[in-house]
Amino acid sequence: MKQDKQYFFGKSRDFVAELRRWGKTKAPTNFLSAVLRRVGLEDIYFRVDTPIGQVFVASNSKGISAVMRSRNAAAFERSFRERFGRSIHPADEPPKKLIRDVAEQLGGLKRRKMNFDLNSLSDFESAVLHKTLEIPRGEVRPYAWIAREIGRPKAVRAVGTALSRNPVPLLIPCHRVVRSDGKVGNYALGREAKRAVLEAEGVDPDRLESLAEAGTRFYGSDTTQIFCYPTCHQAQRISNEHQVLFKSEQEALQSGYRPCKICRPASAS
Amino acid sequence: MEEKTLAEELTKNLDRGFEKMVRTYQDRMYSFAIRLTGHVQDGEDVAQEGFVRAYRALKSYPGERISSMDLKPWLYRIVLNVFRNRRRGYRPTILPLNEGKAGPGLGAREDASLSPQSLLEVSEGQKQLAKALASLPGKYRVPVILRHMEGLSYGEMSEMIGQPAGTLKSNVHRGLRMLREAWVRQTKEDER
Repeated sequence: MKQDKQYFFGKSRDFVAELRRWGKTKAPTNFLSAVLRRVGLEDIYFRVDTPIGQVFVASNSKGISAVMRSRNAAAFERSFRERFGRSIHPADEPPKKLIRDVAEQLGGLKRRKMNFDLNSLSDFESAVLHKTLEIPRGEVRPYAWIAREIGRPKAVRAVGTALSRNPVPLLIPCHRVVRSDGKVGNYALGREAKRAVLEAEGVDPDRLESLAEAGTRFYGSDTTQIFCYPTCHQAQRISNEHQVLFKSEQEALQSGYRPCKICRPASAS
Repeated sequence: MEEKTLAEELTKNLDRGFEKMVRTYQDRMYSFAIRLTGHVQDGEDVAQEGFVRAYRALKSYPGERISSMDLKPWLYRIVLNVFRNRRRGYRPTILPLNEGKAGPGLGAREDASLSPQSLLEVSEGQKQLAKALASLPGKYRVPVILRHMEGLSYGEMSEMIGQPAGTLKSNVHRGLRMLREAWVRQTKEDER
């Protein structure tokens, strides 16, 4: 047997080939996460209660990196790894401040400034999500509004796609973006969940849908001659006798109304 | 080709690019470090430390510098430096550690730490090869590993080690010959 080996390494070329073959060793599976942990890029996770049940929240040194609805911790770890390609560990010590912030934000008690890790997204996707963050609780905006606001008015479908890939639903309120005709539309966590979350935030999804059925897109006030999206908090203040309903932007503009500067239902050109 | 996009990604988004970089080079750096140290555990530590240092360095570099970088040889050099610094830390040694001038340097000291269990190698032949490699002086060992196990070009090696390609070529050649001799010697010893 020894002789065989000697013969194998007898030729210089074979020897080099053996060296080369031997040179390839796979790094252990936890290598990447060990390195990421050492430079502070590793994710940890914890659970939070929300209007749609318990969710898993992941965060790292850059901010919150994921919110997912999973059956259990193992399922969450698996889907996280699948989506982001890195492993994740349960928080050794629950990050109290973060949990409190998340709970208060979701419960609508306080608005918390939160950081997000949107590194896995394209520039367009992250622009969409940052714009979405500006929609106040209890209000909704159409997909087309986001597209126009970020300077890509034709990319309405792309906005929908970007929102469906939102890694941090609930915290980045992609549920507050609805179809342009006023219907509630789809949601990363499911259509029913979207209605439930909106309802918990004080938006009546049935009212939205009935407005959509009637074709009403905007509310105007005949005292101020301003028109708004129906959920804009300025629109909520219009009393019934002064409320004017519009079916389109053109109709409102032609009646001599100007768009609200807060909810910006049309570009203020 | 892949290098270019990776460097671009690092300038655009360091953290995301870094993750990708580790993914791309972890196998190479890991096996390189194992060959250097002769230990699986030490090798893993050295390779990890190398990436951590790379991250800190990249963080402090301006974008133009990163985009013009040749990542692969750069990473190899970091791992090599980590390895050398560690050796230096372990024992304040009488042997010079700088490459080129090292007499019976790096290699000779490996032997003590080179227990058969510490090696990943499965086959007998590879175990002996590891032993033979460990007995080689660092001056020859590093170029042989880089050229024939990691598959770097002489250009890359020259940039990385800071020696002319010609010097490296002759060192690889001599190293390879010594390695074969050492291997034959080893086999004979084992037969006795």
